[in-house]
This record gives sequence, structure tokens and C-alpha cells, in this order.
Amino acid sequence: MTLLFASADASRLVRLSTVDLVIIVFYFALVLAIGFYLKERSNTGEDFFMAGREMTAWIAGLSFLSANLGSLELMGWAGAAYQYGILAAHWYWIGAIPAMLFLALVMMPFYYISKTHSVPGYLKLRFGEGSRALSSISFALMTVLMSGINMYSMALVLKIILGWNINFSIWVSSLTVAIYVSLGGLRSAIFNEVLQFILIWAGALLIPILGLADAGGWAALKARIATNASAEYTHLWSTLGRFDDNPMGIHWTGIVFGLGAIISFGYWTTDFLVVQRVLSAKDLRAAKMAPIIGAGFKMMVPFIVILPGLLALAVLPMKLTGEAQALATGGHSFNEVLPLMLARYCGPGLLGLGITALIAGFMSGMAGNVSAFTTVWTYDIYRALINKDGSDQHYVSMGRWSTIVGVIISVGTAYLVMDFKSIMDYVQALFSFFIAPLFGTVILGMLWKRATPAGGFLGLLAGTLSSIGMWAWVKVDPSALRYVALSAHARDMAENMYRALWSWVVCVLVTIAVSMLTKPKPDSELKGLVYGVTDIPSESYVTVFHRPWFWASVVAVLFLVVNVVFW
Amino acid sequence: MKTGGSLSIWFFIGVSLLVNGLLIFGAGVYELFHPPAEQVVLYGLHANVWWGGILAVVGGVYSIYFAPGKGRL
Repeated sequence: MTLLFASADASRLVRLSTVDLVIIVFYFALVLAIGFYLKERSNTGEDFFMAGREMTAWIAGLSFLSANLGSLELMGWAGAAYQYGILAAHWYWIGAIPAMLFLALVMMPFYYISKTHSVPGYLKLRFGEGSRALSSISFALMTVLMSGINMYSMALVLKIILGWNINFSIWVSSLTVAIYVSLGGLRSAIFNEVLQFILIWAGALLIPILGLADAGGWAALKARIATNASAEYTHLWSTLGRFDDNPMGIHWTGIVFGLGAIISFGYWTTDFLVVQRVLSAKDLRAAKMAPIIGAGFKMMVPFIVILPGLLALAVLPMKLTGEAQALATGGHSFNEVLPLMLARYCGPGLLGLGITALIAGFMSGMAGNVSAFTTVWTYDIYRALINKDGSDQHYVSMGRWSTIVGVIISVGTAYLVMDFKSIMDYVQALFSFFIAPLFGTVILGMLWKRATPAGGFLGLLAGTLSSIGMWAWVKVDPSALRYVALSAHARDMAENMYRALWSWVVCVLVTIAVSMLTKPKPDSELKGLVYGVTDIPSESYVTVFHRPWFWASVVAVLFLVVNVVFW
Repeated sequence: MKTGGSLSIWFFIGVSLLVNGLLIFGAGVYELFHPPAEQVVLYGLHANVWWGGILAVVGGVYSIYFAPGKGRL
């Protein structure tokens, strides 16, 4: 076993015992068993790509969140909390909750009633083939590239923590995902995502519990952070009045309008990786409840991600640094916060479960990427542009093969990144180019029946090109930051927030202008797609406690409470 | 949520928590009688004993409640 894991690196962070390895191997065996078990239920296109549209609200909601809760998300934001303090929680609260509730209450009816297979599929119905082609090709390309980058990053982390060989980590984890998704399709991905979600909590929940005991409680933790770093690290809003008053170098307008209004709405309402899970719900009420359930759990994720980062500021004896400095000095980087805290508190067995949680996070994120890629490739690219007349069986077969090909391309990207690390920055930037404008196109398409196919397509194109243009402008001339991000003091994250905001504005303005100059579709063609001409089913047949708006209100109140408490 | 045959997703989750819980609990009990030379911080709380026990109990309840043939969602 030791040879298999190639644990020859003496600089590894932790050493696994036999029981830890048994727990990890059991996890791999279980996810594969689920894939084989579900193979018989994935013979039709509806089963393979949409999980039969029979998921309950709980399953769809947990899967919706789990697909986003990748291990890089866990480790990256724990590191960000160490680096920037509680400001990192904005990405879980204002950067997620309002958008998830908006998806549930406003957008889900149109996605669900239109019976689309995907977000690009909705654009086809609403704006025509041009918008679908643009969004599906960019989404498919970026999804597999991002999957590869995540794969490489995860393998690197496993090498640092456990001394595992990078090739071993990449191939074992990616082949496992390829097998269970190609066998059971979306149903298998969703099933495993729910399992992975539970394991993530089971493996990570002890860190904040033991960490708070170690630090002496919340008040003592704040006092120690004030001594070790700064008192600003435990304030969510009160330091955002000026760019240079907080560790992130960001202004509240960037958080509220860039992150809260555009980036999060773009991601949570139009990124097919997450929306696909909700489309698998068994009925409209379940489809509306799923993002609300996801929002409730999303609000709690900072407890296992942000709090460990803050605890590390208080209790770790060493100072963590950036990746480059850590490599040069032999120290530890911000991204190693969670593994360091695991190693600090978790003995045999618990360590195995914690590592399983990280691997589960990686695999749920990758399976999400791969299953979304497979659906978009098969329905929105292959069937739309290459072979329109295939049988249902043919498309299922294409789905299975494209799952494997998608994983292989991801593995290729992982190796590419290994040799040319700067590619990582470029691909991540590319991904961000499409999200904000896509939200502008979809939201106008759903809420404004006057929006025309030409307006939708040209708005999406203009928004995307403007985003690329602003990014290139700052690359060529760094002083342009003062215009793009409204301040020369703005840092990378602030620049991303404002670039998203401006590209969304460009998309919306161009869509409106072109739509006013072109002929709209008749109302009869917009039924089921647009507000005002779509009959939304009444929920009067269920009690108040079963209605989505009631639970959305509960989540919204809790969201306001946590923001005030940590102001 | 039922799957292909008669197995619920919660049954798989129950089995996973039960097996992991028993392994962690067992490792914790072993450590009680054979304390390691290098101990984790807060070793005295014996987190693997009670956390493993909690997972095993929750997993056991789920495994039984959602066992095949019970007809529960």
C-alpha cells in the first residue's frame, strides 16, 4: 500500500495510518459501487442526462450545493479567510444566498416549464441558435479546462499533504469519476454528490468544534486574531468604506454590486454546472425548493471553511505565506490551512475521514463539471450542429463516450498546467469572461418579452468581448486599473468584481438597444419562456409551510441576521 | 429517493457513516489503551472515540431505517 501511494516524500504534512487508508479505499469502493448499481437506470436520454427528472427537493438541493463545494473551494476559501479574514465569508453569504433565492423564486419556473435540458438549451428556445452556439461552445470548453486545472491543483495538494505521487492522484481520482458518471449518468453524479456532501461535513466539522475549544471560545479567538493579525479580520462590513481600510483592498460597492449582484447571480443562476442539478427535480415545487435548501446549507458552510481559516490565525504556531514564498522557504502556504488544522486535531481514523472529505470535494466538483459538459456537448453541440437525426440510444451512447473524452481532456489540461503554470491564470480569467454577460442575456430573456434574438446574441457577444477587452487593457497597462476598478489600490479580486459589473452593463445595454431596433418574437412563441406570457402553476394546494416563498423568507431573514451579527 | 432496484440514497449514506464511524471509534478505543508517542492537540478529549461513536449511531439508524425492502423514500 505504501508503495502504491508512493509516499517517499519526507516533507509530507501528515502520515496516514492503516485505518486512514482503509477509510479512503472504502470511499472509492462505495462511489464505484453506486455507479455500477445505477447503470441499469440510465438507458434513456432523460435518465442519463436529466436523472429521469425525479429527484426530490432535498436530493436536488444538496447535490446543487455539493457540485459547487469542491475541495479547492474548501481549501482555497479557508486559505482566503487566513489571508483576508472574515471578508472571505462574503462569497458564501451575499455572494450566494440572494442569487440562490432569486433562482428559486424567479428563474426556476422558466427553466423548468420550458423543459430545457440545459442553460444553452434555454437560450436556443428564447433567442435562437446563435446564442446557444456561443454559450454552449464557451461553456463546454471552459468546463473541461477548469476541471483539469482543479485536478492538477488537487493532486498537488495531495502531494504536499500526503506525499502521494501526482500522476497517481490524477489518474485514480479522474478514472473513478469517469467510471461512475459514464455508467450512471447524472443520477450517479447526483447520488455521489449527496454522499460526498455528507462526508465533507462529517470530515470537516470537527475542526471548528475542536478549534474553538482550543482557542478558548469566540471572544478569545477574536482577541487572539487582533493580536496576531488585526481586529479588522473579524469584521464583515465595517471596514469596507475605503479600499485601503481592509485586507482585501475592496470597497463595499464592489462586494454589493460586483459580487452580490452580478458575479453571484451569473454563477448561481446561469452556470449549468449547478443549474443542471435543479433541473433534475421531480416537479416545479421541488425545483424551487432545491436552491432554497441549498441556500440554507450554503449559509452554514463558513463554519467549516471560514472559521478554520480564522482559527488558524489564532492557534497555529507558524506564519503561513503565499504559494511562491512557501515553496522558496520550505514553509506552508495559505492553501494548506485545512490540512494543517486536520493534522493538528485529528488522530488515526479522523485524519482518514478528513482526507476523504477533501477527495470527496474534489470528485463532486469534477463530476459536476463532467456531467454538465456531457449534456451540453451532446444536446447543444453534437445534436444541434453535427448530427440532428440520431436516436435516443445514440445520444446516450454519445453521452457515455463524451464523459470519458471529457475526463481525458481534463487530464490533458492538468498535465499542460503542470508544464505551463501561467495557463491556469488565463483559463480562470477566460471562464470569468462569460458568466456575467450570460446572466444579463438570460435575465432579460426571462423578464423582458421585448428582447429579440438579435438583441440577445449581440448583447452576449458584446458583454463577453468587453470583459476580455478590460482584462487585456489592465494586462497591457496596469494603470488602467483606476478606471476599470475605480481605484489604483484595487487588488485582483476587486478588479474581477468591477469587470463583471461593467461587462454585464454592456451586455444589458446592447441587448436593449438592438432589441428596440429589431422585430420581437410574437407572444405565442414566448409561452413557457418569459414572464408575463407564461402561466406559473399555483401553489395554493400546499400549506404555507410547504411553499417555497415561506422557506425563502426564513433563509433571507437568517442571511440578514448573520450579516448584522458579524458586521 | 429510490434508485434502480430498492435501495435508497440514504441507505448508502447510512452504510458509509456506519463503517467510517466504527473504524474511527475502534481506532480511538485502541488509542485509549495504547496512547501514541506523538499526540494531536486536545488529545485528552478523545475526539475519535465520541465522533466515531456519533457517526456510527447515526449511520446505523439510517442503515436500518432505509434498509432495502422497508419501502421508505
